[in-house]
Amino acid sequence: MSTTEILFWFLSALALVSATMVLISKNPVHSILWLIIVFFAISGHYVLLNAQFLAIVNLIVYAGAIMVLFLFVVMLMNLNSDSEPQKNSRFKVAGTIAGGCLMLIMIDVIRDAGEVQNAKALVKVGNIGLIKNLGMALFKDYVIPFEISSVLFLSAMVGAVVIGKKD
Amino acid sequence: MSKFVYLVPLFPLIGFLINGLGRKSLSKSLIGLIGSAVILASFAVSLGIFFQVKQEGFQPQVIHLFDFIKVQSFNIPFAFQVDQLSSLFLLIITGVGFLIHVYSTSYMHNEEPQHYGRYFAYLNLFVFSMLLLVLGANYVIMFIGWEGVGLCSYLLIGFWFKNNNYNYAARKAFVMNRIGDVGFLLAVFWILAKLGTVSYGDVFARASTFSTFDVTAITMLLFVGAMGKSAQIPLYTWLPDAMAGPTPVSALIHAATMVTAGIYMIVRSNVLYTMAPTTMTVVAVVGLATAFLAATIALKQNDIKKVLAYSTVSQLGYMFLGLGVGAYTGAVFHVMTHAFFKALLFLGAGSVIHAMGNEQDIRSMGGLKKYMPITHITFLLACLAIAGIPPFSGFFSKDEILAAAYEHNKVLWLIGAITAGLTAFYMFRLYVMTFLGGFRGTHDQEHHLHESPSAMTIPLIILAVLSVVGGFVGIPEAFAHNAHALEHFLSPVIVKSTETAHALDTGTEYMLMAISVGLAVIAIIYAWTRFSKKPEIAEAEGAGKLLANKWYVDELYDKVIANPLVALGGFLKNVIEKSGIDGIVNGVGRGVNYAGRQMRLMQSGQVGNYILLMVLSMVLMIILVFYGNNLNPVLKYFSK
Amino acid sequence: MPITYYIVLSIVLFCIGVVGVLTRRNAIIIFMCVELMLNAVNLLLVAFSKMHNGVAMAKDPASTVGIDGQLFVFFIMVVAAAEVCVGLSIIVMVYRNTHSVDVNFLNRLKN
Repeated sequence: MSTTEILFWFLSALALVSATMVLISKNPVHSILWLIIVFFAISGHYVLLNAQFLAIVNLIVYAGAIMVLFLFVVMLMNLNSDSEPQKNSRFKVAGTIAGGCLMLIMIDVIRDAGEVQNAKALVKVGNIGLIKNLGMALFKDYVIPFEISSVLFLSAMVGAVVIGKKD
Repeated sequence: MSKFVYLVPLFPLIGFLINGLGRKSLSKSLIGLIGSAVILASFAVSLGIFFQVKQEGFQPQVIHLFDFIKVQSFNIPFAFQVDQLSSLFLLIITGVGFLIHVYSTSYMHNEEPQHYGRYFAYLNLFVFSMLLLVLGANYVIMFIGWEGVGLCSYLLIGFWFKNNNYNYAARKAFVMNRIGDVGFLLAVFWILAKLGTVSYGDVFARASTFSTFDVTAITMLLFVGAMGKSAQIPLYTWLPDAMAGPTPVSALIHAATMVTAGIYMIVRSNVLYTMAPTTMTVVAVVGLATAFLAATIALKQNDIKKVLAYSTVSQLGYMFLGLGVGAYTGAVFHVMTHAFFKALLFLGAGSVIHAMGNEQDIRSMGGLKKYMPITHITFLLACLAIAGIPPFSGFFSKDEILAAAYEHNKVLWLIGAITAGLTAFYMFRLYVMTFLGGFRGTHDQEHHLHESPSAMTIPLIILAVLSVVGGFVGIPEAFAHNAHALEHFLSPVIVKSTETAHALDTGTEYMLMAISVGLAVIAIIYAWTRFSKKPEIAEAEGAGKLLANKWYVDELYDKVIANPLVALGGFLKNVIEKSGIDGIVNGVGRGVNYAGRQMRLMQSGQVGNYILLMVLSMVLMIILVFYGNNLNPVLKYFSK
Repeated sequence: MPITYYIVLSIVLFCIGVVGVLTRRNAIIIFMCVELMLNAVNLLLVAFSKMHNGVAMAKDPASTVGIDGQLFVFFIMVVAAAEVCVGLSIIVMVYRNTHSVDVNFLNRLKN
């Protein structure tokens, strides 16, 4: 087992366990913390795939900004205690079974798909994930979507202010 | 002139619109004037066309007006056929029709203006439909006219719609006609399916491509149509009941024109009929049976119009006999002469009824000779004509048919000749009981007796003249060589006409004439001596009762056809409809209701539920798309 | 690494997110599960991007085939950030009005 493989399995296990913990934690603050660990694991996968830029952005935007925002809101509303009323268990079982079925079926479909049977993802090597290359593509081919996304941010900001202000 | 043929039906249509729309505002005299004038105009155009057609070397023309039904290569044009046959019928329809319109202006004078207008509107519409029927250049146009005359017949029989019995009679006529129409329609579809066209020219040109079965079936179905319209066994019972309508209507529709539509149709299709000997035999037998049966019934009827109605059925049977033995010309000839003398008889009867104050029972009449001289003379002439006494018109046409029948089969001829004798007998029974002897009605009626006004007597006189001389257009071969003008005139439209009559030698033909005339004369003398002294007043007994009750055919139809149908209808209504159809309909309603109530619960408003359902649907969809092939053929079909 | 590993990993992460959305009632946790699903998809996109790039690199070492996948991930992050911004403000507003973040109280659709 090479280092890469060891890393891959470790990160995968970390992501899955943390994701499960997000689900089963009673306390919202714990959920948020577990989610941050998931994001870290995914960023680790990005590094493994040599997508350095995305790894960093994922950490900064998701694990940093967004999760802090979540944490902030939870703290603000004083939801950190175990305040969630129990959903009836029948519904919980139904939801779990439905999600499980979805998972099993999708995995089964993938198992039979010929296109991806012997394909491999390039690990450690390759330079398309470097900032230089991504920057070239982003500001040449994708410059208009990039600018439009700035407008999206502006409108989201305005929307948040309008919704959040006291009426 | 033939390019103005569209004017012929157009005038009555205009008259129908004016009279129909203006019936509440126009005065009675104006309505009568318009109603008659439009028919006169049609008659004038028809005369012009007739003289053009009569010229040597005239080729039948198809006047294309517009496309009626057009789907890709399949085309049914709205076109008129101008040839010898249609021009002859145009003359009969518009000529006799005009006289009857004039007669009606006087006969219907007691009606309120509104109903007077309605009457003339219907009458004009009838003439329009009838003209369409004979002018159409394909079976579909003919069918339009065919339905139109059926409708007008219904409307006019039930003209006095406040009397429920008249409405039943109208309905009976309509339903009986409808049974026949189904046959006609099926025949048209059959032709359409085989040839893809219904135009006469194309159909007859390609008739040889029909198989024997096809042509027999088509002609049989057409004959079913003719049975309904022309009142043949088994669909004849509507015609006597149709006498509920005003008398001029009976004269126009139920004697002179509409009921001869079936004969026109068969003559028009003579190419097809000549190819189907089986059908010809059926036509001849049915026609003869009808002629005989109706004649026996007429022997014992006491209603003046009923006698004439059964006489009409009988004469129509004669015409079908003529068609069945291949004497197309003879049949058309008899249509023409019959139109003259039967219209005259009906109008004369109308005149009598008018004078008697709506009394129709001949047992209450008698001795009208001295009160109504013109009616009396014309009626007598018509009786002589229908009895087949030379040189009146009926003699020539009836003789031609009988001669053809003799050539075909001697049994047919024998029954035909006996029927002719019966005809003479019951007509003179009618004549004698009406006009001779002493008056048997009430004192009031006697006081009221008078000759009809000139608007009624002039048409009588004209028709009487025609009844007398009308036969001379068809002088038989035995009397003068090549003197049969009608046959010569019609020869272009009839493939194989009366070679049969020519085949008889002169001696035989004289003998046949002598026998039928002799039978008629004996019958007349017997009727005269029997009824002039001692009129038949008593109720009929024994065999006579059977005849007076019309062989109980109506009762038989009621028992065999109508009652089971009514019972079936009741069963369907009470059992199938109530518990079956209603059960299904209500069950569907209840099921939807129940399903709705259950489904409503799914709309909980809880976002979680919706998402759960969404995920389940996704699972289901993935299963269908990726595993559908293995599940079953139906799902396989959908997963493609 | 075989691409199927990544696919299965992504599917499992995604389905954990789905189960979370279905079973939890806390709006914030549901929101977080949505983010989890987005990240699962992002991971898959990057993996596919590298897969296509690997095939192209065998012929041309300087190839940039598959870079679109990574740019898509970038845009998804952008949109996710905007979405979280608006979504959280909505949650705050809901909490202010109902003093709860339980989605089961949000059943106004029923009426």
